[in-house]
Amino acid sequence: MIRRSLLKLANPQLLALIGVLLINWLLFPNFFRVTWQDGRFFGSLIDVLNRGAPVAILAVGMVGVIATKGVDLSVGAVMAVAGAVAATMVVAGYPAPIAVVAALVVGLLCGLWNGILVAVLDIQPIIATLVLMVAGRGIAQLITEGFIVTFNDPLLIYIGTGSFLGFPMAAVIALVLMVIVTLVVRRTAIGLFIEAVGVNRAAASLAGIRSRMLLLLVYSLSGLCAAIAGIIVAGDIRGADANNAGLWLELDAILAVVIGGTSLLGGRFSVPLAVVGALIIQAMNTGILVSGFPPEFNLIVKAGLIFIVLVIQSPLASRLAPPRIKPVAKVSAK
Amino acid sequence: MNRSLRPLLATALIFAIAYALAVMQFPSMFSTRVLGNFLTDNAFLGIAAVGMTFVILSGGIDLSVGAVIGFTGVLVAVLITWAGMHPVPAFAIAILVAGAFGATMGLAIHYLQVPAFIVTLAGMFLARGGASVITRDSVPINHEFYDWISDLTIRLPGGGRLSFIGLTMVAIFVIGALIAHRTKFGSYVYALGGNPVSASLMGVPVARTTVAIYTLSSVLAAISGIVFSLYTSAGYPLAAVGVELDAISAVVIGGTLLTGGYGFVLGTFIGVMLLGLVQTYIIFDGTLSSWWTKIVIGILLFLFIVLQRLIFVASAPGEKAQKA
Amino acid sequence: MAETGYALEARGIVKIFGNHVALDKVDFGLKPGEVHALLGENGAGKSTLIKILTGAYQPDGGEVLTEGVPVTLNNPQHAQTYGIGTVYQEVNLLPNRSVAENLYLGHQPTRFGLVDRRKMERDSIAVLARYGLNIDPSSELGAHSVAVQQIVAIARAVELSGKVLILDEPTASLDRNEVERLFEIIADLKKTGLAVVFITHFLDQVFAIADRVTILRNGKLIDTKTLDSLTRTDVVRLMLGKDIAFSGATKLEENRPLGDVLLDFKNYGRKRSVHPFNLTIHKGEVVGVAGLLGSGRTEMARIMFGADAADEGTVSVAGTQTSIARPTDAIGHGFGFCPEDRKAEGIFGDLSVRENIVIALQGKLGWFSALNRDEQMEIAGRFGEAMDIRAASLDMPVKLLSGGNQQKVILSRWLATDPAFLILDEPTRGIDVGAHAEIVRTINRLRDEGLALVVISSELDEVVAYSSRIVVMRDRELVAELNGENINPGVIVQAIANHKDGAQA
Repeated sequence: MIRRSLLKLANPQLLALIGVLLINWLLFPNFFRVTWQDGRFFGSLIDVLNRGAPVAILAVGMVGVIATKGVDLSVGAVMAVAGAVAATMVVAGYPAPIAVVAALVVGLLCGLWNGILVAVLDIQPIIATLVLMVAGRGIAQLITEGFIVTFNDPLLIYIGTGSFLGFPMAAVIALVLMVIVTLVVRRTAIGLFIEAVGVNRAAASLAGIRSRMLLLLVYSLSGLCAAIAGIIVAGDIRGADANNAGLWLELDAILAVVIGGTSLLGGRFSVPLAVVGALIIQAMNTGILVSGFPPEFNLIVKAGLIFIVLVIQSPLASRLAPPRIKPVAKVSAK
Repeated sequence: MNRSLRPLLATALIFAIAYALAVMQFPSMFSTRVLGNFLTDNAFLGIAAVGMTFVILSGGIDLSVGAVIGFTGVLVAVLITWAGMHPVPAFAIAILVAGAFGATMGLAIHYLQVPAFIVTLAGMFLARGGASVITRDSVPINHEFYDWISDLTIRLPGGGRLSFIGLTMVAIFVIGALIAHRTKFGSYVYALGGNPVSASLMGVPVARTTVAIYTLSSVLAAISGIVFSLYTSAGYPLAAVGVELDAISAVVIGGTLLTGGYGFVLGTFIGVMLLGLVQTYIIFDGTLSSWWTKIVIGILLFLFIVLQRLIFVASAPGEKAQKA
Repeated sequence: MAETGYALEARGIVKIFGNHVALDKVDFGLKPGEVHALLGENGAGKSTLIKILTGAYQPDGGEVLTEGVPVTLNNPQHAQTYGIGTVYQEVNLLPNRSVAENLYLGHQPTRFGLVDRRKMERDSIAVLARYGLNIDPSSELGAHSVAVQQIVAIARAVELSGKVLILDEPTASLDRNEVERLFEIIADLKKTGLAVVFITHFLDQVFAIADRVTILRNGKLIDTKTLDSLTRTDVVRLMLGKDIAFSGATKLEENRPLGDVLLDFKNYGRKRSVHPFNLTIHKGEVVGVAGLLGSGRTEMARIMFGADAADEGTVSVAGTQTSIARPTDAIGHGFGFCPEDRKAEGIFGDLSVRENIVIALQGKLGWFSALNRDEQMEIAGRFGEAMDIRAASLDMPVKLLSGGNQQKVILSRWLATDPAFLILDEPTRGIDVGAHAEIVRTINRLRDEGLALVVISSELDEVVAYSSRIVVMRDRELVAELNGENINPGVIVQAIANHKDGAQA
């Protein structure tokens, strides 16, 4: 599988990433300069990896959800909850590893909750995950009692800001997670089943695939990934900010997945390309920052990016055909 | 009984009970002063929620509402404070800009055939980004027109006052209810939410209606932004973050089915008032913290989604719409 | 020439999709005050013709005339202005809105720019009364039965159009009483001079209500006749294209020794879907299922496979009673099912040929015993070759293959699971001759290898050729089981056409 994805290096997502990086280089000639200092790499490129890691991790979880024709709007809020759990626990004196595991378990449970709403109660994903999106930050604030809980725990700080072999820990975690999830979905039949359910749930059911367990799995994974991202972000700022941690990141994660070539209508997906999508978003962010534009400019560029991706993904043919006749044709297709 | 009335009755009942309980605990909550403030404090949310009601009734969703409120506030503040324009033409410009913005989103949703949430998400980024590019700081508004409007209140017996913006919200709810329930356009909105294929076969102008719905939502968000600027006397690009979620919650708690087709504009009013009640109660209580608002809203949202699921489980058309 | 006496007429209509001729110079004339049945099996071109008559499609050749004048119908709304209204099989109204609004949507009476609800509801009461409906017009449409909704749909179509009413399988989900009620209404409408096109699969209904019948087959007009000149058997023969005229028995297989009993369905049924049936299936036999579309044949296949759960009766597999409530249960017993609607329920369009072939086997193996790529290639290659699947590569998306090759892919998917029992629902519909022959060959081969098969088909020649036994479905009921000498198209046609309580028409 890895061999195959290496062969596909020349895909549009990677070309787009290279393109964005080149534009950054034109705007800011030192963009590609990487230096070694205090046992770790420094430079804008490393910064892209580091800052892009949380969204990349979210995208790893989100891609499976979207491939089943779903969406998880709650990941930003779950990040805040997980960060709050980890921070409050270390401040309360629990050992850091236990705090981290507890935060991960809480994230997993949040994902499982979403999965139950979607798979068992059969509620539309966007609606089901909205509940936690709304309530999640409240829960996070409940845990932190409304304060930004700051901490000095070395393990949490290491997860957020440390380095491994010179690379930022966050990026290393994202990479490891990407590789593990990719191997798990591709070396088992899970990836194929996810795609089958996303492409045609009726046919999947007739072919003997039970979609319910699969949905529980992908939503739980999404919750787990959100928790990991939440711990990283908390470690990065050495505190849990229930209001702002992960704010709007669910949207970045969805965008990363869509840029990574997974259709919002489900089906084919690629975990590595979703991560590339996250890196493209971050490369643009960083590019805008280093070249002196106000950071708010980012939002506008993102909006443009969504629009471009939507136009590319929308079937041009459907625009050529008179839209009034289309619904009639759908009825007949039965 | 009409099925769609059930969630509405549930909301009304919950509101009545909750209010009665609150009054029992804090008798001062039963006063014209609190009621008047209810309207004033929730005016911007209520106005935006009217637009959201139309969007959700048609089976869509609009995530750009909060951002449009923020953008409008900034635009109005900049036009008045920096450009020295009179507020009235500034309002008109803001409403026109928002209308064009909503129409563009509606066009994209219809012609690109993509989910509304992703298009309005792009809209949200664009509006927030646009507002932040204009200014990163809060722009104060000092204009005699603003003072004049703030003084424009109706005194109620018992010391309460009905503010202009509170009354504006009530008026918009009444007009919204008329449009939804008594015009052809309103019936088209319900038709789209019920079954877009049938609607198209029955002659509903799908493209025009979709564009009109998102235009209406953005225009109401702009009015909400103006009201917000009247309320705060400033324009701030990060104002009203997350208001779209409150609006969606108010609509759903007000008995509108999130998948579209069923609901009432006046139900949204009760939904907004219920959210307001939760907030007011938490303030009155003093020991409860503000985050309980979000948790309570989340719980209410969950309960209503499940309630709707139970009531509407028999209505199959939703399944088909998903497949198509 | 202008006065043709037809309210609506189609002359020499040609419609081509890609390289498939859906309608080949079809003529159709509809007189005012008649009920005209349009008959044909799936793919005969009925729905294409209807779409052209309602403006949903534009013809590639020929012309449509209303009252003798050629017209171009741009869309269904435009057709409505010529007085042509349509009611579809699945009620295409809005269950979430009031009855009155469903009658008047888009044409609501207004006062001062607002919908005059009171007038609308008053008018609705008057209109509904004409259709024998005494219901509250402000009530939600969805709260009423399908029959009432169907009548409301007819009322809307007639009120807004008024000359021609096209009923596209309006009775598909109605019970007997409801059908009768609907027929009374249609008879009344006929008296007012309305021209009615009636599409159905139920022959009883055709004889009960229609004056004339037009039969299409494979996109060609077979005949238009008055019904009093026809018998049920004639109609079935025309529809299925069997000029069989009791060609005598095509003696086949009647003396084959039966294998062991594999499956035994006893009193097996599902409410509103299939009446309870008894069927024993042996190893090494093909049970053919004949019956018109809508006769319950697909429903029978679905409950056998657990796609819909049976709510009465028992099933035993190899002598042991068991329960088949889900497809996974059936697959666990070695069942396989090729559904009728390949695109909606069979193929995974975006997935590769290889993945489409291995998916059921992989589903059986579970999440963790994944077949690796080489194994998948080997399996897909083996079955692809055995079934002669024509694909540029096993890695290409299956949606790019022709219908016949897609069907072979689905068949390969089940063969890869090493099944004991296969259910094939219309395996040869809409596929090219070569693929057709390959599939028939495969059915024969599998039977000889000892598999049990149930094959549903409207191609009588074909069913006769490979079936050891044939069961006939009519009105959601298994009505006959034919053996030996009786397996010939003539007998089948009669069994399909036979009326339960004797000839009534």
